[in-house]
Amino acid sequence: MFSGLMMNTWITASVVAVIAGVVGFFAVLRGSTFAAHAIPNGAFAGAAGASLIGINVIWGLAVFAVGGALGIGALGRKARHDVVTALTLVLMLGLGALFVSVSSQYAQEAYSLLFGEVFGVSSGEVLPIVGLGVAAAAAIVLAFRRLMLTSALPEVADARGVSTRGTELYFLIVMALATSMTIPVVGALLMFSLMIGPAAAARAVTARPGVAMALSVVIALVTVWLSIALSYRTNWPLGFFVGVAGAAFYLLAQMSKRFSRLRLRSRPAVPRSHRNRHRADRCRLARPRPRSPGSPGTSGR
Amino acid sequence: MHYLFEPGLFASGPVRTALLVGAVVAVTSGIIGVFTVIRGQSFAGHSLADVATTGGSGAFLVGLNQFWGFLAAGVAAAGLMEAIGVQRRRGRDVATGVVLGAALGMAALFLYLDTQQTSTTGASFTVLFGSMFVISPDSVPALVASGVVAVVTVAVLARVLLLTSLSSDLARARGVNVRLVGAVYLIALAVSVSLSAVAIGAVLSTALLIGPSATALRLTKSPIRAMAASAVTGLAATWLGIVLAYDSYYWPPHGHGWPVSFFVVALVLAGYLLSYARKPRRLVPRSPHEGAECSPA
Repeated sequence: MFSGLMMNTWITASVVAVIAGVVGFFAVLRGSTFAAHAIPNGAFAGAAGASLIGINVIWGLAVFAVGGALGIGALGRKARHDVVTALTLVLMLGLGALFVSVSSQYAQEAYSLLFGEVFGVSSGEVLPIVGLGVAAAAAIVLAFRRLMLTSALPEVADARGVSTRGTELYFLIVMALATSMTIPVVGALLMFSLMIGPAAAARAVTARPGVAMALSVVIALVTVWLSIALSYRTNWPLGFFVGVAGAAFYLLAQMSKRFSRLRLRSRPAVPRSHRNRHRADRCRLARPRPRSPGSPGTSGR
Repeated sequence: MHYLFEPGLFASGPVRTALLVGAVVAVTSGIIGVFTVIRGQSFAGHSLADVATTGGSGAFLVGLNQFWGFLAAGVAAAGLMEAIGVQRRRGRDVATGVVLGAALGMAALFLYLDTQQTSTTGASFTVLFGSMFVISPDSVPALVASGVVAVVTVAVLARVLLLTSLSSDLARARGVNVRLVGAVYLIALAVSVSLSAVAIGAVLSTALLIGPSATALRLTKSPIRAMAASAVTGLAATWLGIVLAYDSYYWPPHGHGWPVSFFVVALVLAGYLLSYARKPRRLVPRSPHEGAECSPA
């Protein structure tokens, strides 16, 4: 299981897990889950286009990923974010359908781009992926405070002169590059599962951002290592284990959250974090009680 | 006239089926999509199509009719999303993402096992992009029936659904079970989306669900008029797309038609971008009580 070629797999997968954990944490926090799905998925059409005109697949992926991120970021200003994301994704995939039908020999490669070929990583591919992982992690860590501020308190960020739009665009482009460059190795679907499941699980367990991010990386690593071992033994595809393990971790985290909340209720009410407590109270005030006409705060006509 | 409609267009059986199924899917998606856009559930709509394809590959594995796999997976996923889904939009997207991630993992397994059995690698491709010209005429009645069921469900719920979509607080105050309405809507969405996914592919299904509805909602304030406009827009895009795809057989490269999904997507997108020419109107005026911290957009 730890022979020469498999070592490449272990290293690559670990680096990918770190990228996914770091980027995924903000994807979940900022509510960019749909973009996290759309950008790598749509970038796959770029690979089809690149192979059609006979250039390196990486260029097609990069152009489509960054183009998609720019489209979502720029059009998202004027209209609803999710609608724009859906339409961008559909446009990229529609182009992909065209490219594939014109080149008419791409279907086999399509499967490996969607589901990845992590067991066939060559030594030459390891170093670029490690470099990319370091760059992506650095890009996120450097902008950590800014990203945190615009995600949690966008109004405060605006007031302090931090550009919410610019940060959003920055994050989308980092995510686009980090995810799509790894597509030929791990596949578009695997990357998505690895980004969302662990990060969502970590967020459910703790509200502290630094801890949550570290936890998300740890869970992603455990998911990947477990999946590689299982996949090696059973010969079933890696993506299956990653997808199911990610969801299982999320479920586990949700259950532990419910459980700890039950225990907390018996103790004297000490707010875990003041901001959350405050927010919950205000929402409760704004929401009218059922069947009590004329209560203050209803948004009636 | 012959430049647009190639001779033999309407005599061809597959084209007639495509026109019929395309019309059913476009109208169903157009009507249901209006609510999807208002409720901000585009991600769920897209995911359900992807999840349905998982069911399709699973059904293929056990030898059932694909149709049932699509339907079962779509409805099950809708139930799961609703069960773990939080009411806030951001939490809902995460729940959708988790379900989608698990489903894609299953799809990887099913497709792998499928290829073990039959050694067809094109399966994932057909599932994703579909093709309108290869719909079997046998599946048409089932498609039409479920489209009608989904539309009737949404039509019956329309008023309540609109209220819960625009202001869940107000709906709750009037004694509406918001959770239940949301769940029923999501299941109707799953039925409509999985059927359009089986017929025309996951990509096109999302395009027809979101594009025409978003366009219509930019043009008109009234939900009823938006539904009509969205159905008509979707229908026009689909039919025109089919005609263009049929014509494209004579375009370069020779002897090979361009895919229908490309044309329909391009037309839908063109419509949406054209709608920017008009000044947008807000569907609901922003109320001061809708604090940003309670319902982040």
